[in-house]
Amino acid sequence: MKQVHVDVAVIGGGPAGLAASLAARKEGAERVLIIERNTELGGILQQCIHHGFGLHRFKEELTGPEYAQRFIDFIKETDIEVMLETMVLEVTPERKIYAVNSESGMLEIHAKSIVLAMGCRERTRGALRIPGGRPAGVYSAGTAQRYVNIDGYVPGKKAVILGSGDIGLIMARRFTLEGAKVEAVVEVLPYAAGLTRNVVQCLEDYDIPLYLQSTVIEIHGNKRIEAVTIAQVDEKWNPIPGTERKIECDTLLLSVGLVPENELSSQAGVAIDPITNGPLVDDAMMTNLPGIFACGNVLHVHDLVDNVSKESERAGMYAGRYALGKSSEKARRIKVQAGENIRYVVPHEVSSEEPVEFFMRVQRPQDDVALDVGGLRRIRKTSVRPSEMLDVKITPEQLQSLEGDTLVIQIVEQ
Amino acid sequence: MLKHITCTVCPMSCNVELTLGEDNEILSLTGNKCARGKAYATSEHLHPERTLTSIVKAKGGMHPVLPVRTNKPIPKDKLKEGMQVVSKVEAQAPIKMGDVIVADFLGLGVDLVATRDL
Amino acid sequence: MKVTDKQTLTAQVVIVGGGIIGTATARELSRYNVDVLLLEAEAEVGWGTTKANSGIVHGGFHEEPGTLKAKYCFPGNQMYPQLCEELDVCFKQNGILMVGRTPEEMETVQEYYKRGTERGVKLQLLSREELLEQEPNLDPELAGALYAPEGGSVMPFELAAALMENAVQNGVRYEVNAKVIGAWAEGGKKYLETAEKVIEADYVINAAGLFSDDLARMFGDDYFSIRPRKGEEYIFDLSVKDMVKSTIFPVPGKISKGILVIPTAAGNLMMGPTGDNVDEKEDLGTSQDGFNRVFDGAKSLVPGLDPRKIIAQFAGVRAASDRGDFIVELSPNVPGLVHLAGIESPGLTAAPAIAADVPRLLREAGLELEEKEDFNPRRSGVIRFHTLSREEQDKLVQEDPSFGRIICRCESITEGEIVDAIHRGARTLDGIKFRVRAGAGRCQGGFCQPFITQILSRELGIPVTQVTKAGPGSEQVKYEAKELSEQEVL
Repeated sequence: MKQVHVDVAVIGGGPAGLAASLAARKEGAERVLIIERNTELGGILQQCIHHGFGLHRFKEELTGPEYAQRFIDFIKETDIEVMLETMVLEVTPERKIYAVNSESGMLEIHAKSIVLAMGCRERTRGALRIPGGRPAGVYSAGTAQRYVNIDGYVPGKKAVILGSGDIGLIMARRFTLEGAKVEAVVEVLPYAAGLTRNVVQCLEDYDIPLYLQSTVIEIHGNKRIEAVTIAQVDEKWNPIPGTERKIECDTLLLSVGLVPENELSSQAGVAIDPITNGPLVDDAMMTNLPGIFACGNVLHVHDLVDNVSKESERAGMYAGRYALGKSSEKARRIKVQAGENIRYVVPHEVSSEEPVEFFMRVQRPQDDVALDVGGLRRIRKTSVRPSEMLDVKITPEQLQSLEGDTLVIQIVEQ
Repeated sequence: MLKHITCTVCPMSCNVELTLGEDNEILSLTGNKCARGKAYATSEHLHPERTLTSIVKAKGGMHPVLPVRTNKPIPKDKLKEGMQVVSKVEAQAPIKMGDVIVADFLGLGVDLVATRDL
Repeated sequence: MKVTDKQTLTAQVVIVGGGIIGTATARELSRYNVDVLLLEAEAEVGWGTTKANSGIVHGGFHEEPGTLKAKYCFPGNQMYPQLCEELDVCFKQNGILMVGRTPEEMETVQEYYKRGTERGVKLQLLSREELLEQEPNLDPELAGALYAPEGGSVMPFELAAALMENAVQNGVRYEVNAKVIGAWAEGGKKYLETAEKVIEADYVINAAGLFSDDLARMFGDDYFSIRPRKGEEYIFDLSVKDMVKSTIFPVPGKISKGILVIPTAAGNLMMGPTGDNVDEKEDLGTSQDGFNRVFDGAKSLVPGLDPRKIIAQFAGVRAASDRGDFIVELSPNVPGLVHLAGIESPGLTAAPAIAADVPRLLREAGLELEEKEDFNPRRSGVIRFHTLSREEQDKLVQEDPSFGRIICRCESITEGEIVDAIHRGARTLDGIKFRVRAGAGRCQGGFCQPFITQILSRELGIPVTQVTKAGPGSEQVKYEAKELSEQEVL
C-alpha cells in the first residue's frame, strides 16, 4: 500500500476544500494535499452554472464555475498537491486516511491535521416516504442539475418540482430554458424557502406557479412517472382532505433539503450536532478529535459560497497551525448556546483567545429585531429569515469580558 | 394603473407599488423601505434586465456541454430569443474561461462567454 | 406481428417466469442433459414478486402439517447453506425469533415449538430474561420467544440472479422482455408466443408468479386463481443496523405472519410487510396508511426504531393462490405442463426444495432426465470490494484499475463491480442496484446515478438516452441537451 505523509490533508476539493488548503499553505504548512473524488476541482460549483456567487468576496456576480476557477487558479500558483478521482474510504482518529484511486490503488495517508470538507448530500424521496410506486423520472434536484449542466441530458419534458429552496427554483429556470415545461413548484411552508430574487427570476419570469402550503402526496406511474397528486397541508404538514389535485408530468424533482455528508466523520468518532447534522467544532473549527477540522457544507448547510470560503479559510489556517505544532491548549472553554429564535450557531464552543465569526440561522422569520450575542454585542436587523444565514464577529476582548461559561446568542424584539 | 414589484435587493423583499401613467411612466411609488428599493423597482419597471446563463453543446472537451453567460445583463424580453440562439451554438475545445463564444449576442453589444475552461 | 411472421425458437423445456422459482428450477434442470429455455417478462430476472420479497429464509416451524408449504419449507431451509455457498450468495444465518407478549401468545409459541421440533427443526424456547439478554433492544414487556437459529435471510434478487447465472453457465438459455402473450397445445407440443417470437416446447413449467393463473388459462387450465396480496416494507439507514441480531416475528395472525423487524442480508434493518388483498397485480405503491401499520407493528417489537432513519421503501405483491397453499403439480388437462403456482410465503425458503422436486414431475410426464457429467454447481469470481481488507483492495486495484474507481460512495461499490454485474446480465440501473448495491445506500443514487448511467451506456453500446431504470419505458434521461429547445418554442 502506498504510504503518503502530509502536513494537512483536505478531504474535498469544492469551495470549502479549496479555500482551506490555500489558507493552510499560507499559514506555512508545507505539504498540503487535496483529495477529490471527481475528475476536477470545484465540487458542486461546477454544476451551478447560474450567477450570483462571489458578490461579497469578489464584488462581482460570478457563476459557480467562475467562482471555482478563481480558487483553482490560486491553487495552480502554489505547490498544493491535488489527487483527483480519489475516494476517501476511512478516516481514523489518529489522522490516517485510507483513499483509493485507479492509478495508485489503496493509499494510506498520514496527516498531521485533516480538514473535513465533504459537503452535503440531498434528502431523498425515500426519506420523505412519498407514497406511490418507484417509477423512473424522480430525481433529487442536484442529480438532475448534474445530468443537465455537466452531462448534457434533460431528464424529461414536463416537470413538477417539490421544494422551493434555491436548488428547486434554479432548476425550474434551467428546465424551462432547456425547453421543458415546469408545471408547478410545490412548497410545504407558507413562504418560498429560497431567495426572493430566485422566486422572481426563476418562477415569476417564466410564469411558473408556486403552490405554498402544499406537498406531493402520491407519485403515479409504473415504469415512468405519469403524474403526481398534490394537496394542501395544515400547520402540522398533514394533507388536508378534499384539496387533492393531480398534475400530469414525466419528471418530479425533489429539492427537499441538504444533509451534511458526515459518514466518514461519524465513523472516525467525530461528535455530531443533531441540529446541524455536522461536527461540533470550537473557535479553531476543530472537532472533538484533535487535529481534525471541519468547514463548509459538511459543517452546516450554507447559502452563500462567500461564507463557505471565509469559514474554510479559518479552518485551513488553524489546521495549518496545528500541523506546524503551533496550537496550544486553551485556558477557557465557553459553550455557545442557541437562544430565542436561533436554530443553531457554529462554532459550538469558543476560547476567548481567538477572534470568532459566528454563523447561525433563525428558526422562524421575524422583522424589526436585534441579534444579541451574549450581551457583548447587539446588532439591529430589519428582518431575519431561516433561509438567510446570519454572521457576527466577536473579538477576544469582548469574549474575555463575558461572565460565566455560557454565551447565549438570541433574537430579541426591538 | 398599479403595478407591483417585489424588490430583491435585501431579505426584506419589500412589495413596491408603482402608480403608472398613460405612457407607462412612473408617477409615484411606495412600499420600499429604502432608496435602493426605489432604484430597483424603477429599473425593473423601465428596462428589466437579466443575465442569461445556460449551456451550449461542446466538442472535444471533458464534458459535452459548456456553461456560458452573457457578460452583461440583457433585456428580459430577449431571453426567449437568446435561448433559441444558444440552442444552435456549438463550441470547440480547448476553451478558456472568458472566451467569447458568440460575439455581440443578439446585436445587443453584449458577448456570450464561456464560464469555465474546457 | 402475426404469429406466423415471428421467429421460432425450440426447446425441450421452457420455464415461464424468472423469479425465484423459475431460476431455481432452471438451475436444477441444468444438472441434466436437457435443453432448457427460460422466458422472463421483465427486463431482468427476479423482478416480479421475488424482487420485493422480505428475503427471509424461514425456520420451518410455521407451516401447517400436511400442506405443501410444510412439505417444502423446512427441506428448503436445510438446503440454503450449501446452495448459497455454491453460488457465492450471502446467506445471513442470524436466526429467527418468534416473540410472545401475553400468556395466550406464549401458548401459541409453545405450539409452534412443538410443531417445529416434530418436524426436525432446531428450536429453543427463551424466557423473558434470556430473550432480552440476546436482544436488549426488544420491548421489555415481551414474555418470551421461540428461537430458530437456522433461520436467516438472503437478498432474493441476488439469489435469483446467481441461480440464473449458474444455470446459464451450465447451458440454459434465457430471454428477458419476453412476456408470454399467448399459449396453446397442439400436436403433442406446446407453444408460447411473445411479442417477437414463438417458442415450441415439449414441456412447459409455469412459474409465472402473479400471472401463473393467466398462463394456465391460456392453456385451458382454469382451476386456480391468483389472489394478489400487497406488502409494504421500509428500509433503515445502515447506522441503525445493529438494533437487533435476528429477525423478529410476532405471533402470527390469521392472514399474515405479522409485521417483522428484519436485519437483511444487505446489512440494513427493514420493517414490514403489510398484507393487503389488492385488485391490481401491479399495484406497487407504498402508502401513508401502510407506513403507519408497519411502524406501529415494528415499534411494538423494537421501541427504539426512529422513522427519521428510514432511507427507502417499496412494495411487492404476493402471488397467493385461492387454494391457500402452493400448487406444485402436473396439469390435469395438458400433458407436459407443470404448474408451480401460488408461491407465497414461505416460497423463497421452499424454492430450492420445490425446484429439486421438478425432475420427478417431469419424469412422470414422460421426460427422460440424464444427469450431466460436467455440471458445475459453483458460481465464482464475484468480487465484493467493500468486504476486502485494505491490502486485498490494494492488490485488486493493481491487477485491475477499474476497481480503483469508487462509483457508489454510500456503499463503496467500484466501477469494476458494476461492469462485472453488466457482464453477468444486469441491463438496467435497478439491475445494478439489486446485484451490487450501487444506488441502494443512504443517498439513493443521488451521487452515483449519473455515473452508472454513463457506464451502462458504454458497456451496452447504447446511447445514454436509452439507458433505463427498469426496462423499456423507464429511460433515465429522455432527451439530449437542446433536443427539446429545438422541438418547442418557449
